[in-house]
Formats: sequence, structure tokens, C-alpha cells
Amino acid sequence: MAIPISYNIRSVLRRPWSTLATAVGIGLVVAILVLALALANGFQQSLVATGSAQNALVMRTGADSELTSGIDRGGVSILRGLTDVAVGPAGRPLVTSDMVVLINQERTGGKGSSNVTVRGVDRDGMILREKVKIVSGRMFEPGAAELVIGTRIATRFVGFGLGDQVRLGQRAFTVVGIFAAGGTAFESEAWGDVAILSPVLRGGGYSSVTFRMKDPARFAALKKELEADPRLGVQVQREDTYYANQSQGLATTIRVAGVFIVLIMAVGAIFAAMNTMFAAVGARTREIATLLTLGFGPFAVMTSFVLESVIVALVGGVVGCLLALPVNGMATSTTNFATFSEIAFAFQITPPILLAGLIFALGLGVVGGILPAWKASRLPLAAAMRGL
Amino acid sequence: MNFATLVLANLGRNKVRTILTTLSIFVALFLFCSVRAVTDTLQDTINVGNESRLITRNKTSLVFPLPMGHLERIRALPGVTAVTWSNWFGGTDPVDTRSFFAQFAIDAKTYLPMYDSDLAIVDASPAPGVSAPAGMDPRLAAFMNERTAAIIGEGLMKKKGWKLGQTIRINGTIYPGSWLFVIRAVYRPKVKGLDDMTMYFHWDYLYENSNRQADVGVFSLELADPNRAGQIIKTVDAVFENSPAPTRTETERAFQAGFVSMMGNIPFVVRVLGGAIAFAILLVAMNTMMAAIRERTSEFGVLKTLGFSDAYLFALVLAEAALITLGGGVAGALFARFLVASGKVALPFFPPMSVHWETVFTGIGLAAFMGAVSGLVPAWQTARLRIVDALRRVA
Amino acid sequence: MAQVEVRNVRKVYRRDQLEVPVLDGLSIEIEKGEFIALMGPSGSGKTTLLNLIGGIDRPTSGEVVVDGEDTATLSTRELARWRSRHIGYIFQMYNLMPVLTALQNVELPLLLVRGMKAKERRERARLALSIVGLEDRLDHYPRQLSGGQEQRVAIARAVVTDPTLILADEPTGDLDKKSATEVLELLEKLNSGYQKTIVMVTHDPGAAERAHRMVHLDKGVLSR
Repeated sequence: MAIPISYNIRSVLRRPWSTLATAVGIGLVVAILVLALALANGFQQSLVATGSAQNALVMRTGADSELTSGIDRGGVSILRGLTDVAVGPAGRPLVTSDMVVLINQERTGGKGSSNVTVRGVDRDGMILREKVKIVSGRMFEPGAAELVIGTRIATRFVGFGLGDQVRLGQRAFTVVGIFAAGGTAFESEAWGDVAILSPVLRGGGYSSVTFRMKDPARFAALKKELEADPRLGVQVQREDTYYANQSQGLATTIRVAGVFIVLIMAVGAIFAAMNTMFAAVGARTREIATLLTLGFGPFAVMTSFVLESVIVALVGGVVGCLLALPVNGMATSTTNFATFSEIAFAFQITPPILLAGLIFALGLGVVGGILPAWKASRLPLAAAMRGL
Repeated sequence: MNFATLVLANLGRNKVRTILTTLSIFVALFLFCSVRAVTDTLQDTINVGNESRLITRNKTSLVFPLPMGHLERIRALPGVTAVTWSNWFGGTDPVDTRSFFAQFAIDAKTYLPMYDSDLAIVDASPAPGVSAPAGMDPRLAAFMNERTAAIIGEGLMKKKGWKLGQTIRINGTIYPGSWLFVIRAVYRPKVKGLDDMTMYFHWDYLYENSNRQADVGVFSLELADPNRAGQIIKTVDAVFENSPAPTRTETERAFQAGFVSMMGNIPFVVRVLGGAIAFAILLVAMNTMMAAIRERTSEFGVLKTLGFSDAYLFALVLAEAALITLGGGVAGALFARFLVASGKVALPFFPPMSVHWETVFTGIGLAAFMGAVSGLVPAWQTARLRIVDALRRVA
Repeated sequence: MAQVEVRNVRKVYRRDQLEVPVLDGLSIEIEKGEFIALMGPSGSGKTTLLNLIGGIDRPTSGEVVVDGEDTATLSTRELARWRSRHIGYIFQMYNLMPVLTALQNVELPLLLVRGMKAKERRERARLALSIVGLEDRLDHYPRQLSGGQEQRVAIARAVVTDPTLILADEPTGDLDKKSATEVLELLEKLNSGYQKTIVMVTHDPGAAERAHRMVHLDKGVLSR
């Protein structure tokens, strides 16, 4: 025979302040868990989505990122001419030879300065990057000293607005457009014509070559061939692998820090929940004794109290999710020390994350309630009836 | 038996509850302080910057080099007593590619004397028959007389299990190839916030083995008069304004602060996080303490009957709350400080972490404040209780 | 002059808009060394009268003069100090502090005596406990004592400051026959052997018999 839930719900309502405090406490813990997961998720989203398994990215041997890589014109020609390079609808090869550098720009709002990735691309190679769309202004003209800025950094840095001038080397580049790139890392970059940028910034060299593979299944063999070619001196990766690696360090940091914090918070929250439940049990010894006398078994009593703890915890979980929701979509930025450049990303709360928060709250409720519930079920009847 | 006995006896009334409450406050404060270790450590790195030194880098970004040609013109400027340079090597350890540590190519003859205030040589290979140049630590003799020699930080030596005299291999990323080095000295930082995980080697070696491509990463300038920093900054940058490699000069402190500002919002997020966590847990602890005191209403009535004054009971309740919050709070804060200082907690790309005393005291203050609130309200209620009402209440 | 003089005392409780007079113009005198039993049905106001005499509550009007002092004129602070010196209170539910030993419980009132050293406090408490016959239970906690023993510790606590007036509110109400007898004998001993004035509220006629004088209250009014 189970104790009706209405008993638990009414009991919970009878101690409003205590319930509220515990629910808010658990709520804050859940909110932080949700936000930590959302932050890691947002960061991963922005990088993992960047790059495709069907593209091969070629850099110089030994380089750990496009920034430290360098490929000369000769190497670029060879790579562009490979038969493995897929051909696009207009009959043009789907390949881009990029140049990547960092420039140091002032943040808006006087919050210091940070490094921004500037990527020289060729207009033809843009076909490879399908997600790129101009959202205001226009694309840069080939041969012009013009830049387009990714949406995520356009407002965060001084001098990146439409019509502004950016001084690179000894030339002034005009910002002519803002582009979006489907949430990928490219949205934290500034792009221009590689033919103009490269001489100005890299003395005419390139950083990397990326191309769509005609037969992505052939990747392993292709990799072997290219890396063995003495004329080239390159390393080859799938584009998505490259970006996954770039995000490893920071993603791990966020995740490790998040787990550390949440685990310890959980311990604290469990202590707190336990305390509250012990108090509840202590205050209701007469009620419990009555229930036991009436014929409800100890197991029913125990389950009832665990359930009560869970109810309060779930309320807290919902409160926590609601607290976290307004932060969804809020952008933050930091420097990814692997690429040494600014990466902007947003908190991204998803239904699975919210569910995780609720389950976590449930867990807190169960663990926090079990000991007090067990104590309640083992109450010595006679003493309880006397109210001691 | 006295006031103290009463306080302690009451805390022992419900040992489980007292322990749980104290532990949850311990956890709250531990988290608050250890999370702030991030922001505290970042602050330390800024404080490393010396006000009498300037750093000159390429104006476009740190990623672009400066030509050696700039050196003489900078040296010639009045107010500049010494100039040295360094270059970021950015290599990886083939044995463990994931581990990150900094490597700098330096002009040791001018760099080490300038940074003597920051680095102390604690161990070095013996060098019979040769000596170090005048003005340098004599133990650097071996290092100074060997092209491929390297100075390694104490912490890095320990982490990698390297020994003095050992030959190590570093794969270059910017300067490709497999580079060999011989460890000839070990340094320990003299300044808090400076890490002990860096490697220094000879710039000449880099220059020759990079087909003479290597240039300068940054110039470090020593000033005769730190107060003239602003003026000299303007002068240096003006000299190279229209050259192919324009410069951006700032105080070393500002340069360090620049790295911190690169972290963007994260320190702010971290601070808010720490505060929220502590608040959440303390809230519940507060509630528990208040409930515990409310339970004893009739007892307080009895004490009043016996003649204990309102003030006495007020102090009693407050003392109980204070003991729990300060006990748990101080322990949690101190534990955080010592755990972080022990070095067992480390984040990638971060210098050794520390929790400032200031944070510890802020945390303890926070706990004390919440303890006061959780003690004050019931204490005040108890004081104002009418005996007849108290005695009538059955807990 | 009598030790306790209650003159025309009214005590009114306010419940929302209603005014409930519990005592209405009551006067009574108690001589030093008397052992008096206050009897009456529940709600008759006997506990209220006890509280007024003991300085735990204040009359709405009238005077309560104990040992020559009109308690109504004292501030709350002064009243607390006065109580600690003049009154020993015994409750129905013993009301010992569960976290303190028997000895420590008895020591409690002595904490309020200025200038008394810890050693002297312990001695006095031990003495009080020997008077009630519990010198072998000094270090026991209330939960380790029987009901009767707890009440005796409470009595020891009531006399440890050597007050001249002892107020007892249903002291045997929660005890079995044997323990009740022990407690009442103790009270008699305190009265005849140590000259303590005892005012006892009870509705047990057996307990009331021990007193020298019985006084009946009904609806806040005395009747003989």
C-alpha cells in the first residue's frame, strides 16, 4: 500500500520557506550545469560544424595550424592541378588556396585588444565554402583592397563596421560587407582577396590549400601519396578533423572545468538537500508514527520521503532551467590559444541539455533524500508517538 | 561550564545537521575560492610586467616579425639603456605532442642580464675551462659556450623527467624540422605569476638553422627612467611608423595585460559563476540554521525564565551561527588556497595557479555575512520572544 | 508584610478583536514559608497567576509585590535579573536542556551570578543534586534519566541559587505514582527543612494535600 502523493505535496507546501530555499539552491546548481553544458556545446558547435569530411586540407609538414604553415606558389600549383580535386557545376575545380594571419584589433567598449584571423581567399575558392552568405553590404571585388567581416566579430571590434578602414601593412583596406557562415568558425574571421592580402602580409606565400575530394573514400591513399611527394613537403588532413583538433584544447578546458565545478556543487547541493530533508523528517515524527501505525510499511514511508525530496528537487530543476534560458544565445568570446585568435561563440541550450539538468536535479533529490527517508522508515514507534 | 560550553553543547544537539551544514558551507567556500583562482592567477600575470621595461612588437600583430634592422635605431634612442630581443619558437615535443610549453629563442648575452630580476639559475652543467661573459651568472658558462644549449624551467624539468646534460628533440612548427637541444641550465622564477615551464635557447642557433630567415619576435627595452615610458613609447613607434614593419610599443605590464584581455569575457563569467555557486549553497545553509533555532523556542523560554537576558540569548544564537559558518567557511577557503597552491590543479595554457589571500578573506567575509544574517534574524526573534509564548510552544 | 502580595490584578488576553479576561480583580497574599496549592479546572487562570508572581508575565492592571518589589515597575532586563535571584521555577515537562548533563543543567542559573567561579558553581550544583538525592547521576544526560529523576534535576536547578520562593507548575503532572510521591516529599523537605516558600499549581488532590493551604480558582476568581 503506497502513501498517496498528495500527502507529500501538501507537506511540501506546509513548509514554504524551507522548500523555496532548497528549490532555489538546487535551481542555481542546475542552472549552472545547464549553462556550463551550453557553453561547451556552443563552442563545439562553432568549430565542429566548420569543415567537411569531404574536403582535404593541406598544410606544410610540422605546422600545427594554418597560421604556422606556409606553402609556396609551386606547391599550390601542383595541388590545384591534382586529379583528385573535384570539379564544380560550372566546370571550375573546387579548390581554395588560403593565406591566414592574425591582426591585433581593439575591442569595442575599451576592453583591450585581441587577435583576429584574417584569411585571404580567392573568389573561386568561395564555392567550396557553401555556407557563406553576405548579410549586409557586398562581397569584396577581386583585386580590390577590400575586406568582408564575419558577423560574430563585426560589432565586437573597432574599425570593422561597413565603410571603416583597416590598416594592414602599408595599405588601407575598406570594409565592404558583413558575412554569415552558418555558425561556423569562419564567422569570427575577416576575409579578403588573397591576391592582394598575400603580398601585403605574407610576401606572396600561402598558408594552406583546401579542396573537395572527388572520391572522399580515397582519402587514406591520397594522404599517403601527397605526404610522400618530395616536391611538396606537406601534411594532409580531412578538413573537419583539422577543426576538431583546433578546438580540442579549449573544449577540454571548458569541459573539465565545468565538470569539476558541477561535481563539487553537486556535493554541496546534496549536503544541503539532505539537511532539509532531515529537518523535515525530524519535524514530522508524530505524522510518520501515525502512518506506520495505520499500517503503511516502512518501505512505503521511505519511498514517500524520497519522492518528496525528488519533488522539491525537480521543482528546483525546473526553476534552474528557467533561470538559464535567458542566457541562451548570449555571445561570449575568448582566445583559442591553439589558434591564438579570437573565437566568439554563444551559449547554446538544447533540449537534451535541459533534460540533463532535470535528471541531475532528480539525482540530487534521490541522493539527498535517501538517508533521511531511511531514517524516517526506521522510526521507533513508541518514542515517536510521545513526540520525542 | 560557561557561555562557550553552551554554544558547543547546542551545536552537538543534532550532530548530523551541524556536520552537514558545516560541510555544505565548506564546499561553497571551497568552490568560490578555487574558481576565483582563475581570475587571481590572471591578475598575477599582469603584475609580472615590469614598469621600467618596454616591449616593442609588430603593429599588425604579434604573429608578424620585426626586422633585425630595427635594433640599432632603437638602441640609439636616448633614455634606452639596453635592448634585447626574443622570438617565439612554438615547437612541440615529439614524445608528447599534446603537452604545451613555451620556447623562446633569445640573445642570451643581452636578454639574461636584463631579466636577471625575473629568473634565477638554480642548476647548471659544470663547464671546466670556460666562463660566462662579465655581468652574467657564472653558472651560465656551459650554456653560453654551446650553440645548442637550452635553459629549462624547474617545473618543466620535473614534468618531462629531463636531466641536465640531456639532449632533447623539439619539432618546429613555424621553423620546420626536428631541432636538437642540450639542457645546460635550470631556472626558477623570482616573480610570482611567472611560470617555471619555459625553455630558452640561443637565437643564433635559430637564425642559422632557419636559413637565416628568423627575425625578431619582440624587442625588450630597458629604460633609464620609467617615468619617461610614455614619451619613449611614442618615439619608438614614430621612428618606424612608415617603415615596412611599423611597431607598437607598450610597457611590459600593458603587454601582459593584453594577453589577459585576450581571454575576453571568460574571467567575468568565472567570477559570476563562483559567486552564484557560493550564494546558492549558503542560502540553503542559512535556511537550515534558521530552522534549527526555531525548533528551540520553548527552550529559550526556559532560559529566559531562569533569568538569562535577551542580550545573552541573542549572543548565544549568533555565536552558534558564526561558529558553523566561520568554521566551514574558513576551512573551505583555506583548503582551496592550499590545494591550488600545491599545483595539483592546472589548466592548459595557464601559469601555475594561486588563490590570493584577498579572495580567501572575501570568501570568509561572505560566509560570515551569511552566517550573521542566518543568526541575526532568529537571534532577534528569540530576544523578543515573550516567555509565556515560548513556553506554550511545543516544538 | 507577606512575601507575596497580589492586589487587584487583572490579566486580559487579546485574541483578534476579542478581549478575554483570564484574571479579573484577583487579590491574594502568601506568607513566607508557606506551602500553597493553587487548584482549579483548565483555563481557570492558575498558571497565569503563577506566571505573574514569577515575573514571567505582566498584569494588565493591579500590583504584584514580591519580597517588597513591585515587579510591574521593573524593566525586562531588571526583571530577568530579579528572577534569577528570587525565584526557582519547576515546570511540568521538566524542561531540562537535552544537550547538557544533569550537573550542567543545575549549574545553568549560576552562570548569571556575578563573580562566581567555575569551581564554586560546580560545588553548589553538586550540593543541590545531593539534596534531591541524585549525586550519582551528575554526568548523565536527560535522556538517560527517568521522568522522576529528570524532575528532581529540575528541582535541584530551581533551588541552586537559593531563592526564597519556589513556583511549581503541575510538577507531578507527567509522572507515575512512585516518582510523583518522591517529588512531593522533596518539595515538603524543601519547605519544612529549608524554609522555602512554595506555590504549587496542581489539579491532583493527592498532591494538593501536601500543601498547608489550598486555594481554588475558577474563571479567574478565587473561591475558598
